Amino acid sequence: MNDLHPARLAPRHFNLTARVLHWSMALAILAMLFVGIGMVASLSLRPTLVSLHRPLGIAILLLAIVRLVNRLRHRPPPLPADLPRVQVLAAKASHWLLYALMFAMPLIGWSMLSAGGYPVTMFKGFNLPPIMPHDATVYAALRGAHTWLALLLFATVLLHLAAALFHAWVRRDEVFPSMARGASPTPASAAPEPAGVSPRDSGDNDADS
Amino acid sequence: MPVNDPADAPMTRHRWPALLAIALIVGGVALAFGWIAGWLTPGRLTPQRFTNAIESGNGQIYRGYRRAHAKGVCVAGYFEGNGQGVALSSARLFAPVRTPFTGRLSIAGGSPYGLDGKARVRSMALELNSDDGQQWRMAMNSFPFFGVSTVSAFYEQTRANTPDPATGKPDPAKQAAFLRAHPEFARFASWAKSAPWSTSWANTTFNGVNAFRFINDRGEVRNVRWSMQPQTAFAAMTAEQRAAADGNFLSEDLQARLARAPLRWDMVVTLAQPGDPTADPAQPWPEDRQHVTVGTVVIESSTPQANGACRDINYDPLVLPTGVQGSDDPILAARSAVYSVSFNRREHDIASGKADTAVGKTAAPEARP
Repeated sequence: MNDLHPARLAPRHFNLTARVLHWSMALAILAMLFVGIGMVASLSLRPTLVSLHRPLGIAILLLAIVRLVNRLRHRPPPLPADLPRVQVLAAKASHWLLYALMFAMPLIGWSMLSAGGYPVTMFKGFNLPPIMPHDATVYAALRGAHTWLALLLFATVLLHLAAALFHAWVRRDEVFPSMARGASPTPASAAPEPAGVSPRDSGDNDADS
Repeated sequence: MPVNDPADAPMTRHRWPALLAIALIVGGVALAFGWIAGWLTPGRLTPQRFTNAIESGNGQIYRGYRRAHAKGVCVAGYFEGNGQGVALSSARLFAPVRTPFTGRLSIAGGSPYGLDGKARVRSMALELNSDDGQQWRMAMNSFPFFGVSTVSAFYEQTRANTPDPATGKPDPAKQAAFLRAHPEFARFASWAKSAPWSTSWANTTFNGVNAFRFINDRGEVRNVRWSMQPQTAFAAMTAEQRAAADGNFLSEDLQARLARAPLRWDMVVTLAQPGDPTADPAQPWPEDRQHVTVGTVVIESSTPQANGACRDINYDPLVLPTGVQGSDDPILAARSAVYSVSFNRREHDIASGKADTAVGKTAAPEARP
């Protein structure tokens, strides 16, 4: 191990937990957005989609808790040093916005159903308790917020997707690989790594272990 | 890993395919989202557009009120199972226990000031909260079967009955065209024309109309429909009596009856035979199907809906407990979807302070045609 090398302090990849959570939640959140917009626009699929939407939303909330704890305990890899300041800002702001919405959307959904007087059914026979009083004004505000924040979340996800692909295909920097895979035990097959970093990386959890 | 390539000239030249691919991918996801949302297909029938049609059919938007069956009263009471339903469904309701409910009795129509004597259709809605923490919402009507079989026909019916802005009345040509296109509506039209009117909500039968599935503890599934059959004796009301009756006679009658004693209905479940249609609410099942009385609905009190507990409840007939499932009836899913939009709109009306009458801050006008 190369503990004294400065590069060891700044991981080059997200840890395994972060990567698994990122990709599974990416799938879940994208599915959730499509299920959500689909269920309010369908005269036939609503019952099926609603019964999927509620438990999936709570699952995302639980995963978001694990993810935030992991994120706060493990430093993510730094952004490329040559990244323009405005892009650094956009990256950081959008990441925290994504985190905020990952928590806000399920909590608003749960609160909204509570305020609307609906049972918060996870599956037949198991309801979550209400977390808001049954009240028209509270319901209307939360119901509106759920839609508008869902659209904001979708827009942010699209931006995030575009930025990720921009890093992967246009800038071809280390941003996409830092989330796409762990460090290889041997140097990557492509271009040589900057001296003194990569060959010493070993195992998936190099970033934080 | 490739080292950062500064944006030098050769690189710039090869950037555009990547940028195009990114635009196509991101744009494709956005388009798929917009398509599912119905934004790209203005002709597609969505719950929002269906609700818009109902609002148009009402002639105006009555803020804070249900977009259909706007006029009604809140009621409270309990359901008492007699144990006969336990073999059919594991729903807690059917055990010999009392399950309290918040309910609503109403008349069809979009106006909260409609005349009770002119409302062909009456309805009963219940939100039953059983002691196992589960909920069952029912929304039942006085018609024994639905007028149409499909959601699009239901929409066409709504459109055909929409008042023409010029005359203030539905266009007879459009109504005739609807009847020609939907011969299945004849059965309902005949019921509406010939079925006797009763004098009270108390002696009206309320039918679930849509098929549901009951599942018992052994996992056995049965297709069912149910009715709430009044213990109050039927008394018919003539057209002259209806014309002379007070516009709000149903709620006045209800209060007078409840001041004397609670009102009761038997819940009678009809069991389908194999082959009986579950997806078509316009088709009644044969009369000889087995009927099981599973318990009694007991209404003990009523309150005006403006400040009653039923006002902010969406009686979505697909809020169901363990032991009960919706069927493949397309109207059932559509009701769930449209009720939700109606609920969202009226709660929004209330929240934005546009619904003073609906919440009882200002007095409701006289009932009127």
